[in-house]
Amino acid sequence: MKQFEILNTKDTRSGFGAGLHELGKTNPNVVALCADLTGSLKMDAFQKDFPDRFFQVGIAEANMIGLAAGLTIGGKIPYTGTFANFSTGRVYDQIRQSVAYSEKNVKICASHAGLTLGEDGATHQILEDIGLMKMLPGMVVINPCDYNQTKAATIAIANHVGPVYLRFGRPAVPNFTPENQVFQIGKALMLNEGTDVSIFATGHLVWKAIEAGHMLEEKGIRAEIINIHTIKPLDEAAVLTSVRKTRCVVTAEEHQMNGGLGDSIAQLLSRNYPAPLEMVAVNDSFGESGTPDELMKKYGLDAPHIAAAAERVMKRR
Amino acid sequence: MSDINQLNQLSTQIRRDILRMVHGCKSGHPGGSLGCADFFTALFFHVMDHKPAFHMDAKGEDLFFLSNGHISPVYYSTLARAGYFPVEELRTFRRINSRLQGHPATHEHLPGIRIASGSLGQGLSVAVGAALSKKLNKDAKMVYALMGDGEIQEGQCWEAFMFAAHHKVDNLIVTIDSNGQQIDGSTAEVAGIGAADIEAKVKAFGWEILHMNGHDMQQIIDTMNKAKSLAGKGKPIFILMKTEMGYPVDFMMGSHKWHGVAPNDAELEKALAQLPQTLGDY
Repeated sequence: MKQFEILNTKDTRSGFGAGLHELGKTNPNVVALCADLTGSLKMDAFQKDFPDRFFQVGIAEANMIGLAAGLTIGGKIPYTGTFANFSTGRVYDQIRQSVAYSEKNVKICASHAGLTLGEDGATHQILEDIGLMKMLPGMVVINPCDYNQTKAATIAIANHVGPVYLRFGRPAVPNFTPENQVFQIGKALMLNEGTDVSIFATGHLVWKAIEAGHMLEEKGIRAEIINIHTIKPLDEAAVLTSVRKTRCVVTAEEHQMNGGLGDSIAQLLSRNYPAPLEMVAVNDSFGESGTPDELMKKYGLDAPHIAAAAERVMKRR
Repeated sequence: MSDINQLNQLSTQIRRDILRMVHGCKSGHPGGSLGCADFFTALFFHVMDHKPAFHMDAKGEDLFFLSNGHISPVYYSTLARAGYFPVEELRTFRRINSRLQGHPATHEHLPGIRIASGSLGQGLSVAVGAALSKKLNKDAKMVYALMGDGEIQEGQCWEAFMFAAHHKVDNLIVTIDSNGQQIDGSTAEVAGIGAADIEAKVKAFGWEILHMNGHDMQQIIDTMNKAKSLAGKGKPIFILMKTEMGYPVDFMMGSHKWHGVAPNDAELEKALAQLPQTLGDY
């Protein structure tokens, strides 16, 4: 099992803030909008250094999405920022009509996704956002795994013409991907080659999949671990190549089973290469208040659950 | 084009187009389309500086957004008559494989359309965003938008009213089609919002308010000119346009009945008899 050095522990939302600030310096067309969560989204540096290109929208997310769609007319590249819940479910029709159907170059940037939002509880812990966004024709859906990757993804999506949903989170997590990586939309990243089971993880679950890989290694199981930072478009070739080798699959994500990464991979495999699959995801329930670690453990989204799922699925092969 | 007679002839032809389009596919929204024909004519043939050779970004051009997208027939006919696409294409309205979708869309790349609309309440936000884009680009041209008076029951409209005033988006002229009707009845019955209420509320949000009769071509032009003169003074501009749904077809006026119903053959004939051909039917 390959060893990964933890460079530091940082929140992915700070990676977004750093990437956005970098874009402020390098791309004059990038503008940013925020719905009264500038500090939480780490957009303060952009706001301070590029005040003419920053729009405080207030607690009015529907308007923010419409403004962003309008700003694209004239060549601006708007980045909207609020919590994942208010970035998707609250404004679904605005995104559907004014952004996705209208093919507008809007980057919907969503923090505090999933259970790791923590103590605020289920009202704020959206676990359906990947599904909502991936169903929209033309929408790119990205869920990077750490600070460095979130920063790189934030910068990369400015060069993609079309709507993007960029999902990240609140807590500090291990930052282990290269600092100056080039982010390629839709390109899965091989983290550890193995032969016994394929583990496809996204977002915060990528590091937990690496931890699970070490646990499995102690039992003599060689897990192949792949970071699926882009859920749509899915890197179908990478998934199929891996599963043809291992013939069994675990998916891991901080999202409902319905509509998430596991669902996309299950569809792909059913059509092309049926294989046993276990999903590490939230099973048709809402979250609750608690610390991020407590919640991830209670809802089965940690390394032991991934390792157990791997052992289960290998027996079904 | 500035001659009032010519503009009136154009709007009459656009009204014929609207009725024939809706009759042709046996669906669509004739009432509000007929009511706004004079406004569209004035806007596209006199008020706005725009280019039928379509560019999405429209740098150096005035822009128009239709928020109440269901009155697509008047929008499509106006665009076609202004040279954005062939008038013959109007016969494809709402039919399979057409660029003229039931509600305006960019997806089929119909020249002149810059945003999809139909799900109500979204167009004002888009227009405000486009106006911000013009300011960032130091583009002195204006952004125009039309909304419905039933539509403002959607909360997003008020988010946009609040934002535009607070951010001094003063390169924006928004007209509301105050016909007082919506699908289930009058706006006063359904939501308790009449024209006077709209004026008071939007004014309280910090907008400059103007009025006009939407069936008086000269008054539309004069009011739009007045609105342009108020631009750049720190306030967005709102025009309360009084119209009659179905105007001027006698049996289509006076109620909400013709909001979303197509005329049958006899009704079409009766309506067209009140609107003589001017430029020739498509």
